[in-house]
Amino acid sequence: MSPEMLALFVGFGLVVGVLFGFFGMGGSFLVTPALLMLDYDPSVAVGSGMAFVFGTAVIATLKHHDLGQVDYKLGAIMITGTTIGIEAGRASVYYLESIGLAGALISVSYVVLLGGVGAMVTRDALRGDGGGIDHEAADKSLDEYEIPETAKKIQRTVRIPPMVSLRGDVRVSAWVITAVAFATGLLSGFLGVGGGFIRMPAMIYAIGVPVPVAVGTDLFEIVFSGGLGSYLYGQGGGVDLGIVVPLLFGSALGARVGSAATAVVDADGIKVYFGGMLLVGAIAVGVGEIGSYVGSPVLEAAGLVLVIGAAVVVAAAILYTSILSLRTTKGRQRATAD
Amino acid sequence: MSGLEIPSWDPQTALLIGAILLEAIVLYAGYGGLERILGPPLLRLIVGGDGSGQ
Repeated sequence: MSPEMLALFVGFGLVVGVLFGFFGMGGSFLVTPALLMLDYDPSVAVGSGMAFVFGTAVIATLKHHDLGQVDYKLGAIMITGTTIGIEAGRASVYYLESIGLAGALISVSYVVLLGGVGAMVTRDALRGDGGGIDHEAADKSLDEYEIPETAKKIQRTVRIPPMVSLRGDVRVSAWVITAVAFATGLLSGFLGVGGGFIRMPAMIYAIGVPVPVAVGTDLFEIVFSGGLGSYLYGQGGGVDLGIVVPLLFGSALGARVGSAATAVVDADGIKVYFGGMLLVGAIAVGVGEIGSYVGSPVLEAAGLVLVIGAAVVVAAAILYTSILSLRTTKGRQRATAD
Repeated sequence: MSGLEIPSWDPQTALLIGAILLEAIVLYAGYGGLERILGPPLLRLIVGGDGSGQ
């Protein structure tokens, strides 16, 4: 690998890490499209994307374990459903690759997914409802947590045994947990993403898990399912350490910076940019795919520049706002002292 | 590789995934240590003053 590519992966990892650390989601689903646009085989793009997600999840779980925010029982139940889902998704990628449709279908799925989630986050941010992880809710104690109405309704109506008791005084059918896990696993296996942006809301609104436990358990679960998914892709030659190692090297540092930035910056003000970034990402993947279809290297390069550029702009906005906020606080402290 | 499979033991792939796991643990510990040592002076450099702005 050339030093330029190595620097690109470390730098891109840093940017992805800042976004993941700040928003608690969304970093990983920029990696696979970028790798596809760099002309990697779909199985290598998805497999290496998943191995990167696995490494990121290991680091984040260690942190959430220290904070006591992991429900190991729920995680263990989810692992089975997610694993079967991931394997079904992975098998679909290899099948589609054998008939020459994998790259196009994965790209189209990304356009729909990034566009859909981007539109949802932008709409919520403009309304002031937030999007991504609610950092204030994530800091609440479990006793203060109220189970959402949808989850209460599901808990009352779906009572297929075995019923399971979870942290935060939640009692739910194991089948509901397995269904949520399978659906998000399928998405992970097909697209190489962690699936947290779907699994977390599903855990909160379908199962009724408190927000901090949903965040920690989701990451714990990704360690196992992502590890197994990476292993399966690795057996088929789909995991490239030359991609994963520099990406992880950059993202582990970026995640610390992004996570520290949540303490000094109001996330709601930046979420609209995050939504915009996902929408630009959707357009970028579409442009890149059209470029590849009509054989235009210019369009392919434009797609890559757009997807990386959008992520860089949002990460830079987070860092700039953090520094500005720190300097303002410092200035006020000096004025008060004077 | 298409079709659902039960994973079989493959030492080479296990080593590959183990390397990623090891890198993640080393990075968690290493960056944690660096943050403790370099965090305060870096913050002073960015913010100016004693770095207690946070």
